[in-house]
Amino acid sequence: MNAETKALPLVEMKDVSIAFGGIKAVDHASIDLYPGEVVGLLGHNGAGKSTLIKVLSGAYKRDGGEILINGEEAVINNPRDAKKYGIETIYQTLALADNVDAAANLFLGRELRTRWGTLDDVAMEAQARRVMGRLNPNFRRFKDPVKSLSGGQRQSVAIARAIHFNARILIMDEPTAALGPQETKQVGELIKQLKAEGIGIFLISHDIHDVFDLADRVAVMKNGQVVGAGPVSAMTKDEVLGMIILGKCPPGATPGPGAMAA
Amino acid sequence: MTDAAEVRTAHLLATESPLKRFFRATEIDTRLLGMVGAMLVIWVGFQIFGQLLTGEGVFLTPRNLWNLLVQTSAIAVMSTGMVLIIVMRHIDLSVGSMLSFVGVLTGVAQVYWLAPWLGADNPMIWVVGVAVALGAGAVLGAFNGFLVAYAGIPSFIVTLGGLIVYNGAAWWVIRGETVAPMDGYFELIGGTPRASWIGSEASWALGGVICLAIIAGVVLNRSARARFNFPQRPLWAEAFLILGGCAVTLGAVWVVNAYAWPPLIAERYAKDHNIPVPPGGLIYGHGFAIPMLIALGVGVVMTFLATRTRLGRYVYAIGGNPEAAELAGVNTRKITLLMFMTMGILVGVAACITAARLDAASNSLGQFDELYVIAATVIGGTSLAGGVGTIYGAMLGALVMQSLQSGMTLLNFDSAVKDVIVGSVLVFAVWIDQIYRRRQS
Repeated sequence: MNAETKALPLVEMKDVSIAFGGIKAVDHASIDLYPGEVVGLLGHNGAGKSTLIKVLSGAYKRDGGEILINGEEAVINNPRDAKKYGIETIYQTLALADNVDAAANLFLGRELRTRWGTLDDVAMEAQARRVMGRLNPNFRRFKDPVKSLSGGQRQSVAIARAIHFNARILIMDEPTAALGPQETKQVGELIKQLKAEGIGIFLISHDIHDVFDLADRVAVMKNGQVVGAGPVSAMTKDEVLGMIILGKCPPGATPGPGAMAA
Repeated sequence: MTDAAEVRTAHLLATESPLKRFFRATEIDTRLLGMVGAMLVIWVGFQIFGQLLTGEGVFLTPRNLWNLLVQTSAIAVMSTGMVLIIVMRHIDLSVGSMLSFVGVLTGVAQVYWLAPWLGADNPMIWVVGVAVALGAGAVLGAFNGFLVAYAGIPSFIVTLGGLIVYNGAAWWVIRGETVAPMDGYFELIGGTPRASWIGSEASWALGGVICLAIIAGVVLNRSARARFNFPQRPLWAEAFLILGGCAVTLGAVWVVNAYAWPPLIAERYAKDHNIPVPPGGLIYGHGFAIPMLIALGVGVVMTFLATRTRLGRYVYAIGGNPEAAELAGVNTRKITLLMFMTMGILVGVAACITAARLDAASNSLGQFDELYVIAATVIGGTSLAGGVGTIYGAMLGALVMQSLQSGMTLLNFDSAVKDVIVGSVLVFAVWIDQIYRRRQS
C-alpha cells in the first residue's frame, strides 16, 4: 500500500515523547499507519519501539505529542481508552492471567454476561472454541489454566484475544518470539489475512527477515528517536541494518530526527 | 473437531484407573477431599483421645458439633473476604482490631445512644446497630483499600498500621470498659438465646431447599452445556454429585436437630405455651442457629461473587497477573478498593456475631482474629503468592482451626500448649499442601 494513495492515515502519532526519570525513552517520535498496511518497527533492545507502542496501547501515558486516529485527536490515558478506538495489542510478555482458562483470558475485561448480569461462561467457552478453532485447530484444553499450556498455545490465546473483538489497529510486539517454525509460519499467514481485511498492523520485531517478508513499510528507531521510515521495496536489508546500527538513513527512506547528520 | 476430543477423552476414561476416572468424571477437587479427610481424622482423634483420657468422648456429640459451628461462624465469615484479598496478592492484618473497634462502636451505639433515645427493647435498635457495624466496616475497609490502591502503600504496611490504629481507637472509645448488655433482638445474631435456634422443622425445610438447589444447579449446568454441544459429565457422576451433596446437607441437619434444648428451657417453653409435658420430658431439637445461617448465606453470596460475576473474575485475573489485567483494561485500583471494602463489611458482620454471642462489647473483642482468619484461609488452600483460592476451602479451613481449638479445650489442654499446637498445625498443613501441589504439576 502506498502512503501517497491514501489520504487519511488510520493512526498518526506526532512528536510523541515520554521520559522515565530523566531518560528520554521516546524522543519526539512521529509514525503513521494506513488501513490494510503492515508497518514494521525495528531497532535495538532499548531503542524505544516497545515504549512508543505502549503509549499507543494506553499502557504508558505520554509526556508530549499527539495521537490522531482517523484524523481526529484521540484521548488515550489507559488500555480501556485504547480498546475503545479499536486498538488491540499482543504484548511480548503475552500478558495473560496464568491462573485462569483460555476463555477467561480471551474475554478478560469484556466478559459476556447473561441477562442477570452474571458471567456467561458457556457462551464464552463456545466463542473461544470457535476462534481458537480458526487459529489453532488442535487446541483442546479449554478448561485448564493457561499456565499449563505450551508457548505456542499461549500465543494463540493472546492472538485470539486481539483479533476477536473487531480490532482496526493491531499491535504485535515480537509475536513470534516464543514460537517454533511451524507456528511462526501460521502467524505470518494470519497477518496477511488480517491485512486483507483492512486492519492496520504495527509489527515490532528483532527479526529483519520477518519484517521484510510481512511489512509494507519499516520505521527504525534508535536511542528513542526515529531514524527514518520508508517502503520496504525501496530499501535493501543492508540499508535497514545500517539504520538500526548506525542511524544512517538511506535515500529510499524519509529521515527522522534520529538520523545521523549526513 | 469436538468428535476427536470426545474420542480422546473417552479413551482416557477407558484406560485410567477407576479412582482417577472417578475424580476426572466428577471434577471433584481432590485437595478439598484431603482437607475433609484431615478434618475427620482430627474429629475422630479427639473423640478417641477423650475416651482414653476421661473415659467419655464428647467431641463427636451433636452438642459439641453444634457449638463448633456457632464458634466457627465469625472466623468463617471473615475468611471468605480474606481469600479474595490474598488471591489479589494483598493481605489484611487489620481485621481483628477492626472487629473490636466496630464491635465497640455498635455496642456504644446500642447501649448509650439508641436505648436511651428510642427506649430499651425498641425493635429499631438492632437494625441501626447492625447498620452501624456494617457501615463502619465498609468505611474502614474502603479507607484501607484507598491507601493500598490509590496511594500505592503496600497492603501489609497499611493494614499493619490499621491493626495498631483500630486497636487504639477501640480503647479510645470506651476506655477499657465493657459495654453490656446488647439489645435483645441483636443478641439473636450470636446464637445464644432460644429464639435464635430455628428448630427441627425449619431446619429440615432448609435442608430440603438446599438439596433442591443442588439438583437444580446440576440440571441447569447440564442444559447450558447441551445448548452448545459441549462434552458432558457422565450421568453416574452427576448422580453421585447430587447424592453426595444431599447426603452431607441432610446429615448436617440431622446433627443440629439431634442436639436437644436444655431441659429447663424446654420446660419453661412448654409452660409458656400450655403444652402438656409427657413423661420423659419434651425433646426439642436446636436446629440451625442464626450465626450458622449468616455464615452459610455469606458463603453463598461470596462464592457467587467470586465465580459468577465480573468482579470475581477480575480479582482472580489480577492475582494471576496484575499487569495483564491492567493491560486488558481492568480497573485494578477500583477492584482493589472494592475488595478491601467488602472485607470491611464482612468484618462488620463478624463483629455483630461476636458481640451478640458475648452479649457485650469490649476492646478485647476479636483479639488475634486476623491471625486465625489468615490461618484458616491458608489452610483452606489459598496461595499467598496470589491467584489461587476458594471460598468453601477457606470456610472449611476455619472449621478445621476451630475443631483443633475446641477439641483441645474439651480435653483441658493448657492454653499455652494450645497455641503451640495450633501454630504448628498451620505450618504443617501448608507444608503438606506444598508437597501435594509439587506432585500435581
